[in-house]
Amino acid sequence: MTNGWTDVANTDVVLVMGGNPAENHPVGFRFVMEARRKRKAKVICVDPRFSRTAAVSDCYVPIRAGTDIAFLGGLIHYTLSTGKYHAQYVREHTNATFLVKVGFGFDNGHFSGWDPTKKSYDKATWQYETDGQGYARVDETMEHPHSVFQLMKRHYSRYTPEKVSEICGCTPEEFTKAAEMISVAAAEDKSGTILYALGWTQHSHAVQLIHAAAMVQLLMGNIGMPGGGVNAQRGHANIQGATDMGAWNMLPGYLRVPRANHSTLRDYLEATTPKPLRPNSINYWANTPKFVVSFLKSFYGQSATPANNYGYDWLPKIAETANHSWGACFDEMHAGKMEGLISFGMNPVANGPNTSKMIAALGKLKWMIVAENFETETAAFWRAKSLAGEYYPGAQEPAAIQTEVFLLPASCFAEKDGAFVNSSRWLQWKEAALDPPGQAKRDQEIIGRLFLKLCDLYKKEGGALPEQLLNVNWNYATPVSPSLVEVARELNGSDLTTTKQVNGFAELKADGTTACGNWIYSGSYTEAGNQMARHSQADPTGLGLYPQYAWSWPANRRILYNRASADRNGKPWDPARPMLKWDGQRWVGDVPDYKADAAPGAHGSFLMLPEGVAKFFVQDFVEGPFPEHYEPAESPVENPLHPQVSFNPLGKVFHSAADKLGEAKDYPYVGVTYRLTEHFHYWTKHTAGSSQLQSNFFVEVPDELAQQRGIKSGDRVRVTSARGKVEGPALVTKRMKGLNISGKRVFQIGLPIHWGFLGRVNGPLINNLTPSVYDPNSGTPEFKGFLVNLEKV
Amino acid sequence: MLNAELTRRRFLGTGAVLVTAYGFDLRPAHAAVRELKISRTTQTHSVCPYCAVGCSVVIHTLGDKARNVKPAVVHIEGDPESPVNRGTLCSKGISLKEFVNSDRRLTEVRYRAPGATEWKTISWDEAFEKMARRIKESRDRGYEAKDSQGRTVNRLPNIALIGGCTDTNEVNYLLAKFRFGLGILTYENQARL
Repeated sequence: MTNGWTDVANTDVVLVMGGNPAENHPVGFRFVMEARRKRKAKVICVDPRFSRTAAVSDCYVPIRAGTDIAFLGGLIHYTLSTGKYHAQYVREHTNATFLVKVGFGFDNGHFSGWDPTKKSYDKATWQYETDGQGYARVDETMEHPHSVFQLMKRHYSRYTPEKVSEICGCTPEEFTKAAEMISVAAAEDKSGTILYALGWTQHSHAVQLIHAAAMVQLLMGNIGMPGGGVNAQRGHANIQGATDMGAWNMLPGYLRVPRANHSTLRDYLEATTPKPLRPNSINYWANTPKFVVSFLKSFYGQSATPANNYGYDWLPKIAETANHSWGACFDEMHAGKMEGLISFGMNPVANGPNTSKMIAALGKLKWMIVAENFETETAAFWRAKSLAGEYYPGAQEPAAIQTEVFLLPASCFAEKDGAFVNSSRWLQWKEAALDPPGQAKRDQEIIGRLFLKLCDLYKKEGGALPEQLLNVNWNYATPVSPSLVEVARELNGSDLTTTKQVNGFAELKADGTTACGNWIYSGSYTEAGNQMARHSQADPTGLGLYPQYAWSWPANRRILYNRASADRNGKPWDPARPMLKWDGQRWVGDVPDYKADAAPGAHGSFLMLPEGVAKFFVQDFVEGPFPEHYEPAESPVENPLHPQVSFNPLGKVFHSAADKLGEAKDYPYVGVTYRLTEHFHYWTKHTAGSSQLQSNFFVEVPDELAQQRGIKSGDRVRVTSARGKVEGPALVTKRMKGLNISGKRVFQIGLPIHWGFLGRVNGPLINNLTPSVYDPNSGTPEFKGFLVNLEKV
Repeated sequence: MLNAELTRRRFLGTGAVLVTAYGFDLRPAHAAVRELKISRTTQTHSVCPYCAVGCSVVIHTLGDKARNVKPAVVHIEGDPESPVNRGTLCSKGISLKEFVNSDRRLTEVRYRAPGATEWKTISWDEAFEKMARRIKESRDRGYEAKDSQGRTVNRLPNIALIGGCTDTNEVNYLLAKFRFGLGILTYENQARL
């Protein structure tokens, strides 16, 4: 979240789209209800299903799964064509004033620079016009035909209410009513929030969808405002922390994993440290070398020296164009190219798309290590045939599966201390209440012992580059089970000359005299103690910031981009709710997202970006600088905007024998997966309470379709896709209406996720239906909007 | 919303306030409730492991103070001092005790040999020996010190590591050291699903 849960109470308009907080984040949803009570906030819910969030909204708009960009593009068009946007905010705080190179354009589904043979873009025409010093040219009037503002206006001129209706299935009137309510937030003293979840991220165009949401919020002047922002609710307790700690292409703190062409530390820093694009830009990532060298000092300790570039060679280098995200990982595994998988608290057989492919992939491994609280479908994939063979006809007999499996009893949350980062970016420290049961071990001990055992083997026997492993800094007081307090201190960072904890990342250096595991957490565990364990109720601004409760990254800042809550001269847009105010000497309010003592006009307001301002036009993503509506990989219609380029040209599709895509003639309905309020993911099927409250899988069927097909609630139905099937009782509801899409009546089928073949209650794994299709930027799978058929059994 | 100056836990301990506020002494009644439920428990601050709202919880354990007795969780409730949840929990959070105490929890190491039809129980020592051996064999077999152009890449393409979002930042950092120490390229977690 750019903002946070407690801040939602400050809002005037709530757009809930791609999420259902009333059921899936119920405690957070209290702040939506508080905003309604206290500020008379309006709630708009856009969703394929009339959820419980919709039930308490002021406006509900039904939509076809996978068409959110069309809806948001419609909002952008609506605000620009009616003038209902925050013009001064847009001029002062965004790149709407920037000029783009003359060759840039969009034609029939492709942006300029499309190479049909390489199937990728040359981004040369996506760049800014620059002056002799490399700074972008701007036009403050925003009237230049190549200004981002005019390009944006032109690009979204196609997204009329009628076109939105044709794509999404809502009526033009429903769309316009929602747009009117949402654009109330364009007023200077109003703000609006967007709450989303996996309904937005599980698409083959997920990143561009969030980009479109950010554009709407910038047009409304909602970024940085109390009650504003783009807010991912996030679905796991520490999914934010795990994100902060890196992925296949990220080191901790959003530093990039080096590529093969970054042969030396100098090459790497040169390639990953941005240069300012405007003379007044703070361009905070210019500090990248300090964060990287401090990270290497934390990682390799005393082995990291200036002479060996602080151990840079030991970091693995990814091939320039390679991608090792989820889809690629399991596709390679399926092709027999992986020998081992280590899974800490993940259940890919349940979580990943195309269950049969996942089960087959695990069967190609030589070995697999799973650390878990329960026996999961992943640990027991080799039992799939005997436990649920009807759903996984390709699953082999155990005797034919040569994968060696280790299932390790791990500890649960109550048995460990350490910090979880909630979706508000608050690092909240917890204490261990008891020891793990039986022989179960804490995860730090499992990792510690395995790490040390490997070190022993490499010391004794040698092998492939032992120094990569042996130089990792594991200098903990109890190496077999490192204290998490010690690790938390390491993440905060210290000055190696004084051995004192640093107060924040501003103290980090690039000369090897500071160490810091994750620069964005710097400040969380200082000489003053564990800031994450603070419990003060104080709220000096009255805006729900609670600056001394837990600790928020970065720098304990509660609202990201808060500099933009005031105009260029430092005057808050809403004087009644100043998030930040310039008092002539310093900024007061939240921790400023700006230099604390720099005068209002001195710098651009978005300090992390080379532009110094927020971006409508973004060069970083693979499929275009503006979000464009592309249909899901499986869709009931051709893309009404450009039928010949229907699907995202860069959407990631795999082609193994297990990867089949279906067509509307065989699979006419749109499938949507969702969570139920009684269950948490694939965990609570192991607990009695949740299993009793919601024991059965079901298939949600629109009543109009049910009547056509002669299906009544309780009838057993089979849902099939090109990949597989699920079966269960039908739940006929009015919650999912038939929609008119491009002149065609389209029905959606609701599919709750929580079951599997190993729980207190069992049912089909829903991802047996979903395709191995992924967003090309983030690697998230397309779980919302795929094709299925429905039959009565 | 709860008065920050008088949280529920403090409420039970401030009898004097009760006498003046209500004109009679509520202490015996509250004491009886406490005796029945949480009077002898140890209270530990924790955070719900489910969704990312980040509700704080108080875990009540019994038995911690007795010799030769393993503590057990007897109650988990929302922490009234959290500005996020103010003592509330959702339908999943209120049953956290069942999650911790579930009879389905794994309590020993299970091992499944290639081609085996059943789990068998092995010791941690045996598991660590075997796991380290498998990792080393695969790593030594699949390691790429140089790529096809002769550039130093020091990477391991044949082992994947997944997970982390169910665990703390600190464990995630240990996992980062573990994976980069081996040169593992493929690492993903629930954040991308």
